[in-house]
Amino acid sequence: MSVITLTLNGEMISGLTGQTLLEVIREHGVELPTLCHLEGISERGGCRLCMVEVNGRMTAACVTKANEGMHVNTHTEKLQNYRRMILELLFAERNHVCAVCVMNGHCELQSVAAAQGMDSVRYDYLSPELPMDASHKRFVLDHNRCILCTRCLRVCDEVEGAHTWELKGRGIHSMVITDLNGPWGESPSCTSCGKCVQVCPTGALYDQGSTVAEMEKKHDFLPWILGGRGKKEWNW
Amino acid sequence: MMAKKKEANTKIRLATAWLGGCSGCHMSFLDLDEQLLDLFAAADLVYSPIADIKEFPPNVDVTLVEGAVANVDHLELAQQIRANSKIVVSFGDCAVTGNVTSLRNRLGVDDLLTAVYHEGPGNLPRGGEVDKVMPALLPKVLPLHQVIPVDATIPGCPPDPERIWTAVSALLAGKEATLPEKMRMFG
Repeated sequence: MSVITLTLNGEMISGLTGQTLLEVIREHGVELPTLCHLEGISERGGCRLCMVEVNGRMTAACVTKANEGMHVNTHTEKLQNYRRMILELLFAERNHVCAVCVMNGHCELQSVAAAQGMDSVRYDYLSPELPMDASHKRFVLDHNRCILCTRCLRVCDEVEGAHTWELKGRGIHSMVITDLNGPWGESPSCTSCGKCVQVCPTGALYDQGSTVAEMEKKHDFLPWILGGRGKKEWNW
Repeated sequence: MMAKKKEANTKIRLATAWLGGCSGCHMSFLDLDEQLLDLFAAADLVYSPIADIKEFPPNVDVTLVEGAVANVDHLELAQQIRANSKIVVSFGDCAVTGNVTSLRNRLGVDDLLTAVYHEGPGNLPRGGEVDKVMPALLPKVLPLHQVIPVDATIPGCPPDPERIWTAVSALLAGKEATLPEKMRMFG
């Protein structure tokens, strides 16, 4: 891999060809908010929070390769304003009532909103009527908290290899579904491994029996599994 | 200067109001404990659910508003608060986001009353006629800033006393009530 040089917020920095802008930016200690990105699974470029300006044009850093000579700005007023708008739209679109959520205090949406200085939502709350699926013996799906980041889809497909999760519908009508949109508990493909639950950034997927603020999630199994696979440590 | 501030006529006129909320924010306000002494050395409480004052007074410096705007009485009081207060603060998640009070928003008002009072267990407290005593519910529960302009927010359900003190002490000192990141989380 060859070394490339680019400008990050006015400073010359270096990276390696093949790295994404998000990787290079974070390596240099600049914090970018993300929700759909998760180390170990493929990028989606869906939440748009990691948008940066490259030579004046906005692009999502997680799905843009770092290139020689790029001029990257990460925290212009315009970008910060868009980040807040994105977060407010996420809160307005479904029913994110933090106070009564299983993930209260551990939720990535909640903490990113606080970090980005979101003090209220300027848009009308849509308050949609959305179902929950508690048919699985171990887990619950609550569409009210889902932000459609698709981490569950990607980890199920790419790491577990089951591809139980899919998306149906378009735009604001999109929903995550299991198999052909049947109850999760009756899914023939689901292995009940729980990876989807652990990578979900909000309270959309959680353990049966959890109540307010009880659910905490751990991502550390991902580098462990993937590292073991990469080094061929798994022989069974 | 400090001694002058403590004279009654130079004290800050503080009000707190209770709209569509559970009063948990006011309980947390009382949990300021001994800081209440510091607070009332600098401020007079001119209106509050914890003081027996019937009318919202004029010339209020700072008003903390707990609760979302759920009915026509809340709407009227919110407008009066705005007209009579220099600084209005959304106090707690219901005022800031609608929170638990707004969970009914997916139901129409008629469906809501039917579900709660007509289809519930036991006898109906009243007949099906329109009640002239209770304030009419708004079609949707609204966060305070969607009804009146709001100058500051104190999130939390309820906001813990540290958040309240950080915001209120800043306001009393004539500064902006900007909370640090750890104190900005909803919930």
